Amino acid sequence: MADHAAAHAVHDPNIGNTGLDNRKVGMWAFLGSDCMFFGSLIGTYLAYKGKSISGPLPHEVFDIPLTSYSAALLLASSLTMVLALAALQQNRVKTAARWLFVTAMLGLHFVLNQVYEFTTFVLHHGLTLSTSLFGSSFFVLTGFHGAHVTGGVIWLLMLVTLAMRGKLDARDYTKVEIAGLYWHFVDIVWIAIFTVIYLIP
Amino acid sequence: MATQAAFMPGSKVETETFWGTVWSWLTTVDHKRIGILYGTSAFIFFLVGGIEALIMRLQLARPDNTLVGPERFNELFTMHGTTMIFLAVMPLSAAFFNYMIPLMIGARDVAFPRLNALSYWIFLSGALFLNSSWLFGLAPDGGWFGYANLTSVQFSPRHTIDFWMLGLQILGVSSMLAGFNFLVTIINMRAPGMTLMRMPVFIWMSFVTQFLLVLAFPAITVALILLMFDRFFGTLFYAPAAGGDPLLWQHLFWIFGHPEVYILILPAMGIVSEVLPTFSRKPLFGAPVVIYSGIMIGFFGFGVWSHHMFSVGMGPVADAAFSISTMLIAVPTGVKILNWIGTLWGGTIRFRTPLYFSLGFIAMFTMGGLSGVMHASPPVDLQQTDTYFVVAHFHYVLFGGSIFGLFSGIYYWWPKITGKLLDERLGLWHFWSMMLGFNMTFFPQHYLGLIGMPRRIYTYAPDLGWNFWNLISTIGAFLIAVSLLFFIANVIKTRRSGAVAGNDPWDARTLEWSIPSPPPVYNFARLPQVQDRDDFWLQKYGDGHGGAPRPKGGPVTAAEIAAIHMPPTSYWPLLLALALGVMVSGLMISMVQVAIGGVLTLVLMYKFAMELHRPPTGHGH
Amino acid sequence: MIQPPATAPHPRKRFDWTLACLLGAVLVLACSCSAVGWNWDTPMSTVIPKSDFGKMTHGIFMLISWWTLGIFIAVEAMLVFVCWRFRDRAGAAIPKQVHGHTALEVGWTIAFAVILLVFAIPTIRVIFKTQEAPAATALRVEVVGKQWWWEFRYPQFKITTANELHLPVGQTATFQLNAPDVIHSFWMPQLGGKRDVVPHRMNQLTLTPDTPGDYPGQCAEYCGMSHANMRFRVIVHPPAEFEKWVKSQQAPPVESADALAQQGKTIFTQSACVGCHTITGISAGHIGPDLTHFASRARFAGSLMESTPDNLVKWIENPDHMKPGALMPNLGMTGEQSKALAAFLLSLK
Ligand code: HEA
Ligand code: HEA
Ligand code: HEC
Ligand code: CUA
Ligand SMILES: [Cu+2]
Repeated sequence: MADHAAAHAVHDPNIGNTGLDNRKVGMWAFLGSDCMFFGSLIGTYLAYKGKSISGPLPHEVFDIPLTSYSAALLLASSLTMVLALAALQQNRVKTAARWLFVTAMLGLHFVLNQVYEFTTFVLHHGLTLSTSLFGSSFFVLTGFHGAHVTGGVIWLLMLVTLAMRGKLDARDYTKVEIAGLYWHFVDIVWIAIFTVIYLIP
Repeated sequence: MATQAAFMPGSKVETETFWGTVWSWLTTVDHKRIGILYGTSAFIFFLVGGIEALIMRLQLARPDNTLVGPERFNELFTMHGTTMIFLAVMPLSAAFFNYMIPLMIGARDVAFPRLNALSYWIFLSGALFLNSSWLFGLAPDGGWFGYANLTSVQFSPRHTIDFWMLGLQILGVSSMLAGFNFLVTIINMRAPGMTLMRMPVFIWMSFVTQFLLVLAFPAITVALILLMFDRFFGTLFYAPAAGGDPLLWQHLFWIFGHPEVYILILPAMGIVSEVLPTFSRKPLFGAPVVIYSGIMIGFFGFGVWSHHMFSVGMGPVADAAFSISTMLIAVPTGVKILNWIGTLWGGTIRFRTPLYFSLGFIAMFTMGGLSGVMHASPPVDLQQTDTYFVVAHFHYVLFGGSIFGLFSGIYYWWPKITGKLLDERLGLWHFWSMMLGFNMTFFPQHYLGLIGMPRRIYTYAPDLGWNFWNLISTIGAFLIAVSLLFFIANVIKTRRSGAVAGNDPWDARTLEWSIPSPPPVYNFARLPQVQDRDDFWLQKYGDGHGGAPRPKGGPVTAAEIAAIHMPPTSYWPLLLALALGVMVSGLMISMVQVAIGGVLTLVLMYKFAMELHRPPTGHGH
Repeated sequence: MIQPPATAPHPRKRFDWTLACLLGAVLVLACSCSAVGWNWDTPMSTVIPKSDFGKMTHGIFMLISWWTLGIFIAVEAMLVFVCWRFRDRAGAAIPKQVHGHTALEVGWTIAFAVILLVFAIPTIRVIFKTQEAPAATALRVEVVGKQWWWEFRYPQFKITTANELHLPVGQTATFQLNAPDVIHSFWMPQLGGKRDVVPHRMNQLTLTPDTPGDYPGQCAEYCGMSHANMRFRVIVHPPAEFEKWVKSQQAPPVESADALAQQGKTIFTQSACVGCHTITGISAGHIGPDLTHFASRARFAGSLMESTPDNLVKWIENPDHMKPGALMPNLGMTGEQSKALAAFLLSLK
């Protein structure tokens, strides 16, 4: 067993001498960096909070129930992501694929909600990128989070198709696990953004 | 394991035909070749940035000079600063990361070889994109830190700023990808037995640098994204009229900008920390302390950014706080300086070109650092900020520091990389003429700053007492150019008739010297078992107090080599970088192009990801 | 002791004396010619302060300078000594592999910290001292930085002028800095440090000039094409003289009967000039400098040129040529018209 592990270490180019998987360490590094990215964006939003000299105010446009529902969707999707991983570990590829799909769909639903939210802001409240500092910082911050989610959805759907075509099984656990790391991160970031933008008056 | 033949070191790569060779470089994923690519590109951009500087110096040689007008001059200092920092010093350091990190930690490649290639190609496309602005007569002219709101559409309506802002975003992606790659490589790919505290100090400094890269670049990325939205999509982030605060840019930029300057110096400090022990034939004095102070510098580096903003009126409390945090950084840096001197102390110092450059580093960087400490005192800085005193400060740290350090590394590792030793005689001529020219150029700028010469002025009145020393400074700059010609001559001479180096020309201390020069594709036939920071030295001489030299292992068998698994070449990195370039440049041309580029990028990312999804080798089980 | 391998690739080479001497000689040369070439008493010198503010900051500058100079010499001396003392001598054995010396390292770490404390304490003191709220008696001057010239307003005297700042010696002046366009930086080198002029942000700078004189000033933050030409003058008067200046500025412009000047006046009033320039009783434009007392100013256009007739003619006929990017358009005035305009403007004492 032990020497099998050793042999593995030699043959699998992804496992480093610490026994950690390169791709996993890499993803952690990326997430650390992405924290700074969202940190800067959130900082900008806070710096401009209440500094707008025109245009609708946050509380006039926000639809808290809707965004809470969106938040719930993302939270749920984190759960389904975990279930997908569990299934894959036991090599129940079909189930895993199903859960991955559900996760992607929850994510998609979140994005669509955001699209809906944005359009109402623009059409009914006349709040656009260039209306006020609030408009600028709100759309850019939430927009970049939305982009992260979209990217995640695409990634998940790729994994699903791979699974359907029988190109994904327990051996690829790490690949999916990494997608999971990313997904949970995007989820947590949303909690932060949701609190900062929608909940703190 | 038959299929492994396909990935035998060299197969596919080595080829006789010219185009075959070109192709092998375009598709290489070998960290050594990528290192060479980084190095050559960076040196060329160094010459470009230098020539820009020479033109500036010519313009400033006389008062009321009319060699170039204000537009051109503003473009020159903007491109000079941007080029030197992002296209010369950073990639030159990256060249050493690429080539040396795997060799010094006893690995066969970096963690993600293809990602590594991708970093390079993205860097190159960004660099070319940025410099292509010259061709359109639209070279950026906002200064290397492009302060808002001068960069807004209202005050910079032409595409100049767009080239700068988009180019820097591309380069940022490249730097961050490289950062992730080397972080993982250093954390995960160290040879058995190489604990963190056994890592060579160059690796440690590189390690800290990677942290700075991945944590600092997001800040400027956001700053640039906000600027991009302001310019392209009408947001108001930097629009005072709408309540936006131009100082937001300054904060975001310098939160990146100060860590950035340590990104520029730490690799050089790492090089010096390798060169001094080798040539004084002693281990680095107080290596752990040097390492800890490196970490400290990186850490404090994030808490001092506002020392670039002492004159914006942040109020006394902020001024005081940032002043103190800035001064603190002098402590770990000073500790390093004295530890380096301590390394020389009691050694038997062999004076070779690499050592000269390291000594030059200590001598000149100290000067720059000390003027930095003057800036750290806001009352003093109020007089010095935006004058040539600051220009002198940062050239002493950037040129006297980074450039001297990097040249030390070039002379030190050249034999390892090419198998030939650079010529000592020309090397010394290079060193002394550069030392002389450098001080002639920049020392007088301290004085010019103190008698009130502002930076970024394309002309000045003749009656201010600035004429003589500006002329000297210009002459000095050309002496630097001459010194670089010595270097270029040295390279040519060495290619023709350089002395063969052998594995270990300097009787050095670290792993890279235990293998042939240049190293085989797979670096180490047998992964070393590391027992000390100066492991190779111990192999040769024992630990100096009793411990005997280590017996060499038996000869390497063909079977061992056959069993080595090296990644195949790949053209996806190159294509992906191109697609990215198409997408980004589209922002200035048409959204259609952006869309096309975007889709291409996505598809290629998929291809890239799938290429090794099921390596033909398959896994052990 | 283990001897180094017999096959040392290079012949042992000693410290390179020839080159060292060369450098030494050059340094001596440089220093000597420096001694000649270093005159600190120049128009924009920062090291001969002429105000309380300047003197305070200069004190710290000197303090830090002397200490750092000492440190610099110490470090370089150590470096040279070590290189000379421990240079490789023929047949030298491998040196003792010393790994460090904790006491030493802790020692100098603390030493540095202490030295920095010596810098930090007066620094903090001066930071707060120089940023106190100005006394109510202080002379208030509104400074407006524009691409690429300066406007100075004295609200309590109702005076507006351009590119020429007048101050009474010995009285505290507090400058309220603002910019309508981009960031500039207000700097009078001989009177003290700069303060940035940031759009939609009211910055303040307070100081008390203590020596009468005529000092150059400069915009010190890169602000676009003619940043280098965004200069101004500060004239520090004895109190009585300052009073006289205030009176003359408050008085309406003296009309000259000179025919050419009169002709210039009509041209001025009938052309676009009025849209941008204020001349009390004639026009009320606000884009360009107030010209009411133009002739009282020795220099114009960001203190770039002397106010001579032909400079003015050149300026009026092609501002952009005299000052690249100048935001005053070329109004296609012919020689005659511009001569008249110049005469008119120079009559505005
Ligand atoms: C390699 C890059 C590099 C490095 C390493 C440094 C190092 C330092 N820098 Fe510098 N800096 C720049 C690059 C760098 N800088 C650049 C590019 C700019 C201009 C940006 C722009 O405006 O374009 C700048 C500008 C800059 C400013 C703003 C000036 C202004 O615009 O008004 C300040 C202010 O505090 C500053 C301070 C410092 C300090 C305190 C250090 C310290 O880290 C130095 C520490 C080292 C020493 C002190 C010497 C060795 C120590 C000893 C021998 C021990 C004994 C010493 C004491 C006890 C004092 N720097
Ligand atoms: C690592 C960074 C780095 C380096 C190495 C340099 C190198 C040099 N810099 Fe640089 N400089 C900056 C970073 C750097 N600079 C930055 C960040 C700024 C601020 C920009 C801003 O304000 O926005 C600046 C600004 C700056 C200014 C101030 C401009 C202004 O404010 O108006 C000046 C003026 O003298 C100057 C001069 C020089 C000179 C003479 C060199 C020389 O040392 C150059 C040496 C190189 C050469 C001389 C080229 C060699 C060429 C040949 C050998 C010819 C061979 C030809 C062929 C083979 C085709 N620099
Ligand atoms: C579109 C606005 C505009 C018009 C029209 C205009 N000017 Fe100006 N003028 C300016 C601006 C802006 C400046 C400041 C330029 C600088 O110093 O950078 C200026 C500066 C000047 C100055 C120098 C003032 C000083 O003390 O520095 C003079 C004199 C002058 N204008 C005269 C004229 C005359 C005469 C005319 C008509 C023929 C005229 N201007 C028309 C905008 C205008
Ligand atoms: Cu105004 Cu520079
Ligand atoms: Cu800094």
